Amino acid sequence: MRNLQDIFIITRRQILLLVRVPEVLIFSTIQPVMFVLLFRFVFGGSIDTGQPGGYVQLLMPGIFVQTVAFTLAGTASGLAEDMKKGLIDRFRSLPISRSALIIGRTLGDSLLNIVVLTVMGITGYIVGWRPTGGVGNMLLGFLFLLLFGYALSWVGVLVGLSAKDARVVQNVSFIVTFPLTFLSNAFAPTTGMPRALQYFAEWNPVSTMVAGCRSLFGLETEFGATAGSFPSEYPLITSLAYMVILMAIFIPLSARKYARAAN
Amino acid sequence: MKSIIAEDLVKTYDKGAVRALDHLSLDVEEGTVLGVLGPNGAGKTTTVRILATLLNPDSGRAIVGGIDVIKHPEKVREVIGLSGQYAAVDEILTGWDNLVMFGQLYHLGKKQAVARAEELLEQFSLTESARRPIKTYSGGMRRRLDLAASLIVKPKVLFLDEPTTGLDPRGRQEMWGVIQELVKGGVTLLLTTQYLEEADQLADEIAVIDHGKVIARGTSDALKKQVGGERLQIVVEQSHIAQTLEIVSRVSKNPATLDEGMRLISAPVSTGSAALIEALRELDGAGIHPLDVSLKRPSLDDVFMSLTGHVAEELKEEAKK
Ligand SMILES: Nc1ncnc2c1ncn2[C@@H]1O[C@H](COP(=O)(O)OP(=O)(O)OP(=O)(O)O)[C@@H](O)[C@H]1O
Ligand SMILES: [Mg+2]
Repeated sequence: MRNLQDIFIITRRQILLLVRVPEVLIFSTIQPVMFVLLFRFVFGGSIDTGQPGGYVQLLMPGIFVQTVAFTLAGTASGLAEDMKKGLIDRFRSLPISRSALIIGRTLGDSLLNIVVLTVMGITGYIVGWRPTGGVGNMLLGFLFLLLFGYALSWVGVLVGLSAKDARVVQNVSFIVTFPLTFLSNAFAPTTGMPRALQYFAEWNPVSTMVAGCRSLFGLETEFGATAGSFPSEYPLITSLAYMVILMAIFIPLSARKYARAAN
Repeated sequence: MKSIIAEDLVKTYDKGAVRALDHLSLDVEEGTVLGVLGPNGAGKTTTVRILATLLNPDSGRAIVGGIDVIKHPEKVREVIGLSGQYAAVDEILTGWDNLVMFGQLYHLGKKQAVARAEELLEQFSLTESARRPIKTYSGGMRRRLDLAASLIVKPKVLFLDEPTTGLDPRGRQEMWGVIQELVKGGVTLLLTTQYLEEADQLADEIAVIDHGKVIARGTSDALKKQVGGERLQIVVEQSHIAQTLEIVSRVSKNPATLDEGMRLISAPVSTGSAALIEALRELDGAGIHPLDVSLKRPSLDDVFMSLTGHVAEELKEEAKK
């Protein structure tokens, strides 16, 4: 009970930070919105998807997934900052459970995702994105996205606590997330890649997430995938499995790291 | 009763290559102030972090407020307050936000947390800046807010790690005043510092640490006596050195030493300015007019010099490596 209350207070701190420096929220939203517009109007005309509604239908799930994947970097650099300033020491000297701080932070970062996804969805709608899978499926799709961001947030906790310097954290996180988002079906079909890359891209959790969201938003999942492979046949199950595995590995690892932070 | 006991604490880093604490032992009587005095890298922060449950020692035992730090850290956290070496407050949030948040994390109700925050802001003269983000605060204000945050639940035992390092003289004076007020309230305080003067002002007892060990301990007077109290320092013309040496030795009742390059003659004195006046009178009588005269209080360097035979500066260099 107390534990929940502590988590709530930390989550509120995350929100308060956003309220006090609205620039963070503004820029975390502008970037994905910019991606939507750029991809929609730069590539939109030249990629023939063979789907009704055109490229933007395929694009939106890709950008959604890419955006939540960057939660990893957000969580990691936020925590690294707190470490640097000695705030983590202060929190650790308080009579609160050691997990409260990191759970509160990961939840706070997920709340940020809700705002960002909403704004992106609206932007998408304006430029022609029309999900056709029904309201229930659409909400389920967003739930999947949030959960994916949440799972990656825990990877971010470990990265943030292990880093010696907050600036390195940003770079490391980008080096991990960029190839993952581009070696996938998010923006272009995987069928054009060399065989080995294609194999990787198909099993890439980003691809399974994108394919899963596409199906929930009412599209064929097979865009850019080898028909019949397991991850493209069952993208939602595969994605769920990835998220469970990520959390099963990184929650205990991060909690342990936090308990002995800077030991 | 002892409020803090540390026994044989050992802490090594980098697989034993760095010995931060090397069988360090100390204790603090309830309601008193212990000043832990040491140069950079002596092990002050490491000691505080172990006692405040942030770090586990490799071996040794620590009891704070009657509770074993290693076995029941969560219970220790309920009775301690900690203000670390670098003010640890949320820069982006306001002073008010910070204190209310920490109050709630100490499980005060919202109303109580607000009331306590306002009380502390008042006590530390921060009411006016309460609604400004911390990043607009001066170093001294930040430090005060950090201290306020460690006092939210009126801790029985308080740890302050170098509370005035980085403050200007006025900020330091203010901080000293604040700490003295606190101590009157009966809290047991362990305070680390690099300044003998600070330990002198605030502490009932001083433990001097170096290379992770306590190398001397006692009241400030006892330590100074060990160092030799104040030193009389006189600079004269080359031709007057021999005579001045003789006079200063006589006044001091100790052999005076000479720094030839600087033509500086110095000797420990126990009667302060009286000795200074006596020496000047004798010098005047002998027709010697010193170029420079001073009465120097013992500094940390002197304490180190006398206790270890080497100066703290050298240690600083070592600590950097
Ligand atoms: N995380 C760490 N890894 C390696 N060595 C460390 C670590 N933390 C401290 N040390 C070493 O342990 C020794 C004691 O450090 P400590 O921080 O306790 O000194 P200090 O007395 O607080 O110094 P300062 O006055 O600079 O704050 C130093 O030699 C330091 O380099
Ligand atoms: Mg220190």
